[in-house]
Amino acid sequence: MEAYLDNSATTRVNPEVVQVVTKVMLEDFGNPSSKHMKGFEAEQYIKETKAVIAKSLKCQEKEIVFTSGGTESNNMAIIGSALANQRKGKHVITTAVEHASVKEPFLYLEELGFRVTFLPVDHDGLVKLDALKEALDEDTILVSVMHVNNELGAVEPIEEIGHIVKIYNSDIVYHVDAIQSYGKFKIVPKKLGIDLLSVSGHKIHAPKGTGFIYIKEKTKIKPIILGGGQQEGMRSGTDNVPGIAGLGKAISLIYNEHFDEKINHLYDIKETMISELVEIEGVTINGKTGRDSAPHIISASFDNVRAEVLLHALEEKHIYVSSGSACSSNRPGLSSTLVASGVAQNLLDSTIRFSFCYETTKEEIMYTIGALKELLPVLRKFTRH
Amino acid sequence: MYKAFLIKYGEIGVKGKNRYIFEDALVKQIRYALKKIDGEFVVSKENGRIYATAKTEFDYDEAVEALKTVFGIIGICPVVQIEDHGFDDLADQVIKYIDMAYPDKNFTFKVNARRARKNYPMDSMQINMELGGRLLDAFPEMKVDVHKPEVLLQVEIRNVINIYSVEIPGPGGMPVGTAGKAMLLLSGGIDSPVAGYMVAKRGVQIEATYFHAPPYTSERAKQKVIDLAKLVAKYAGPIMLNVVNFTDIQLAIYEKCPHDELTIIMRRYMMKIAEALGEETKCTGLVTGESIGQVASQTMQSLYCTNEVCTMPVFRPVIGFDKQEIIDISEKIGTYETSIQPFEDCCTIFVAKHPVTKPNLGIIKRHEHNLDEVIDDLMKTAIESTEKILVHA
Repeated sequence: MEAYLDNSATTRVNPEVVQVVTKVMLEDFGNPSSKHMKGFEAEQYIKETKAVIAKSLKCQEKEIVFTSGGTESNNMAIIGSALANQRKGKHVITTAVEHASVKEPFLYLEELGFRVTFLPVDHDGLVKLDALKEALDEDTILVSVMHVNNELGAVEPIEEIGHIVKIYNSDIVYHVDAIQSYGKFKIVPKKLGIDLLSVSGHKIHAPKGTGFIYIKEKTKIKPIILGGGQQEGMRSGTDNVPGIAGLGKAISLIYNEHFDEKINHLYDIKETMISELVEIEGVTINGKTGRDSAPHIISASFDNVRAEVLLHALEEKHIYVSSGSACSSNRPGLSSTLVASGVAQNLLDSTIRFSFCYETTKEEIMYTIGALKELLPVLRKFTRH
Repeated sequence: MYKAFLIKYGEIGVKGKNRYIFEDALVKQIRYALKKIDGEFVVSKENGRIYATAKTEFDYDEAVEALKTVFGIIGICPVVQIEDHGFDDLADQVIKYIDMAYPDKNFTFKVNARRARKNYPMDSMQINMELGGRLLDAFPEMKVDVHKPEVLLQVEIRNVINIYSVEIPGPGGMPVGTAGKAMLLLSGGIDSPVAGYMVAKRGVQIEATYFHAPPYTSERAKQKVIDLAKLVAKYAGPIMLNVVNFTDIQLAIYEKCPHDELTIIMRRYMMKIAEALGEETKCTGLVTGESIGQVASQTMQSLYCTNEVCTMPVFRPVIGFDKQEIIDISEKIGTYETSIQPFEDCCTIFVAKHPVTKPNLGIIKRHEHNLDEVIDDLMKTAIESTEKILVHA
């Protein structure tokens, strides 16, 4: 049996998506910027995907800009809006638990002379709202918060944050990194006060190299990729038509009449796994559980076992999980999210993330639990001093 | 413009009756190195020198890089070859060559003609003087210095005429395959690939053994070692890499022996296994990347303890080098970047906080008796289940 429980790292592309992508590559391969028929046909795919996204976010089609994925969307949101608004002020705010594709652009802004505040989080990984209220000042131009934390599955109070920010000063640009949440939550940016929203395709069964950024009408933002002026000049470069078409298909397969069923299934899976995990000796579940948390992520710490060793032991049984966040686990050092959320020092290096998708089955979960029960006693015999 | 390379070799010139063995090995290695690049070459021995002559178009830089990896070569001279159309034509070609090879003409030179084809109408002295004169006419900035010239212009008159003056240093050493075979203990670190390189440089063919400890070490750690073997193979030729699954032995040691002696005991078994694998394929020595005092298991006392298990001689080419000196070599040969990738190997995963630095052989042996019941079987299984990967550059 195989159990792929690393869906927050990436997902398998849906076969229906593959069909669409293949068709575009082989038949409708035109460049949308071309004036002939082939270009026109290609353009239709982009329009269709925009319509699908607009429906899912209850926004306008012109508010969508396609990018190469989450990292680019986050870079554009943060750098692009800070540069466009720097005359109004040079203070920007984010949190201590952001993904590297948010954190690094903020560090870059710091180098450019911006003042950056990193908001602390509580032991569940949730942003402290009081800290936000304190941090806001007349110089603040940007607030960026992730919706779902990629390591803990914590759901940040993005609605309250939007409220606080917009009441303080409606000119402040509010960015939400929805890379782990889009496809799992119904997000309506307009209701939440969100100006910019980042989404990645490969986390929701679309190909890698796809994604988009939602830019609320009239938000001041500069493009960060310049060139031929595609997408109204907001993001130059020949449109990735096959990827965009696939992304549209993937989204339409999620945000349809079965959406609630799928989410219930995920919560169900998560609950089953947690109830089994807590029965095992020396297991700590990090962060909140249940409907207060993301439906597809569990962060669990295992006393006296090194996460990497457990990961490789599970791998031998064809169970694929992640230690920390996959995007950063090739870097040495401990997870700053886990540190910021106050995970006990001795468990930092012992934390595994399990992440699910709609196709994850209870059988896979029980198989994984069985493997853990078998492996943990053996691995615990051989701990490092 | 260059059509051939004259290959200069040092030490192997003085090997007496065995000389042809060394030369043939060198020719073979040169052919192997040049096979990987675009263009066809004929490699031949002629009058105590080796020529690699291009039969097609080739990439000059690529060819030089390839020749720089062949041990035994001390100098690589790019050669211009011309047909004999009389002395005036020769002089013109030489002037053209100098103009191309030396944009700045402010140097001293000497012409050194050699007349292998004795029916050429001028003798060597005449050619030297006449060519020197014409060069001075063409480039008045140049000066003659017959004792210590900055540029020694060689003109060899054979069926074709070879013109050369540049000598690019080769790696030195001896052609691989002329000095037997040794088993390298290859970890993922900086030192062992350098040790392998240094032994190969003396003409030794290399095999390698890597100790893999899944799940404590990852597939990526193993891939890193394969990548390192690949980089060393650029110089040493194809390397047979033995991947030994060491987990069970390591766990047994962990369970039954004092933890501050883990590393020493573990290394003793590694040496035993490497020796056994080496014996199977007729290796006559072991090679390690140990350097005195670098870590606890590399003090003189520790080396004494690990050395004691083998009957094969153990060679440690970097034994007296500082870490930085080893790093310098690894950067030069191109293994450093791969070596520093952060994957744990089996030596670092079960390391005690305070390992013994002055182990006592008697005590170590006594503690090893704790393993008596299981160790023979474990060793046998480890050796028999060794995965063999032939790694090409």
